[in-house]
Amino acid sequence: MIRTKVVSRPKLSFWERIYFPEIFRGVALTSKHFLKNLTLHLFHSIGLFRKVAAMVTIQYPEELWKLPFRSRTRHRLTKRADGSPRCVACMMCETVCPARCIYIVAEEHPDPNIEKRPKSFDIDLGKCVYCGFCVEACPEDAIRMDTKILDIAAYSREEMMLDMNELLNPSHKSGLK
Amino acid sequence: MITQIFIQSVLAFVMIGFVFNLAALHTWIERKQSALIQDRIGANRAWIVLPWKWAAPINWLLRPFNVLGLFHPIADAIKMFTKEDYVPPKGNKFLHTLAPCLSLFFALIGFAAIPFGNTIEIGGRVINLQVANMNVALLYIFAAASMGVYGVVLAGFSSNNNYAVLGSLRALSQMLSYEIAIGLTVMGIVMIYGSLDLQELVRSQGNYLWGWIPLWGIILQPVGFLTFLAAGIAETKRIPYDAPEGESEIIGYFLEYSGMKFGMFFFTDYLETIMIAALATTLFFGGWQVPYLNETGFQFPWGASIALAPLAVSLLQILSFVLKVLLFCWFLMTIRWTLPRFRYDQILKLGWKYLFPIALANVFVTAIVALVMR
Repeated sequence: MIRTKVVSRPKLSFWERIYFPEIFRGVALTSKHFLKNLTLHLFHSIGLFRKVAAMVTIQYPEELWKLPFRSRTRHRLTKRADGSPRCVACMMCETVCPARCIYIVAEEHPDPNIEKRPKSFDIDLGKCVYCGFCVEACPEDAIRMDTKILDIAAYSREEMMLDMNELLNPSHKSGLK
Repeated sequence: MITQIFIQSVLAFVMIGFVFNLAALHTWIERKQSALIQDRIGANRAWIVLPWKWAAPINWLLRPFNVLGLFHPIADAIKMFTKEDYVPPKGNKFLHTLAPCLSLFFALIGFAAIPFGNTIEIGGRVINLQVANMNVALLYIFAAASMGVYGVVLAGFSSNNNYAVLGSLRALSQMLSYEIAIGLTVMGIVMIYGSLDLQELVRSQGNYLWGWIPLWGIILQPVGFLTFLAAGIAETKRIPYDAPEGESEIIGYFLEYSGMKFGMFFFTDYLETIMIAALATTLFFGGWQVPYLNETGFQFPWGASIALAPLAVSLLQILSFVLKVLLFCWFLMTIRWTLPRFRYDQILKLGWKYLFPIALANVFVTAIVALVMR
């Protein structure tokens, strides 16, 4: 048994059917927006009413969108008080990473109280899916995704690799290196 | 004889210069007006900035143009001219090249009959501010406008592309359905003023009803004006009547065109918009007439008067014509950014079942009223 649902078309009133009044309504709406925005732009150009926005556009490279507080952006490695990386090369992030984009090579730490430190810490942004699992997994709060850098682009796959130096000192100027 | 030819060519250059520049500006108007309507900014990235230190004042002067995006038409032109000019291998190369030229040509020659001012007297010679003063100006303009569809048809035919052929077929049937209506709507005006000469039509719109209402065409023919506008927008092949293009269903008759040939089709649309604006101004909004302005100056119905030099009067009249055309361009652009596209069958239905009978009834009523009033 096929059950069907009959959807009736919306009935147009007489004034909607003859269409002319609807044209006037439409033109009134577009003209309202046009005149409002035109006046606002004119006022803005002489420095008045800057608070009232005349458009919703963000002029992207010059103006950046204010990111939400918890948004996940490019990674960084946090530092200890002496400037060395906080990371202890426990491989938790490398293990949890679903994209397998983290490559850590560990070495012995000169301080006997700390077991290991990373010799190299690379992230391949070409593979990263920005899931934030590495941040969740880290027991030392050594990796965070709060640089607010979003414009990540490069001309080759090699350029998408971030080394430890870049991760410790994230540069806002260029997307990468 | 030589002076006459010289004067006519100067007039033609003035008209062509005005029309071409306005059409180029239409790309800017279109972008900015649609942006304002939709709460955006519009294109503003084509900047001209001179790199040298001494050019700082020039850069300061260029800055407002840069910010407003006024160099985008130039950027468009550069892009159009430098793109590859592609002709489909199995298409007809000659017709493919001829089509945009025909389209542009017929859109342009109509402007020869549009009067943009009253007579002006320079050095004892009376110059009629109209490129070609002919007594069948109205018929000539409609003939030129309907010839313009040949460009569209040839474009579809020579492209060897089914979608392009579909587009030109749509353009043809659309042309048939509105061209009759547009001719009939104008008949009312012709019957009232008793002339096909546009300069004469404009002159006779300088009378007043009860001494203070300017007897413009819109006052005498409101229904004619509305049907003229509805059919006239169809002439421009722009939204809401852009079934021949219909980007989302068929790309349209210019599917196989690129570079400046495509640009010419694009330009034709703008030229036809200006043509409709100029025609609506001339027929229904008093052309170059300024209310209460005659040859000697302003004479207001309440008795006050301001004397003006003949040259100032002429300039005011030309300015009034330009302003009216610009206002109509703005209005047509608003319509284009307000309404959605009509379906193909809706256009034919509108043309044959609504506009044509209304225009016919308008002619009938006008004829009876004109007969009774006589």
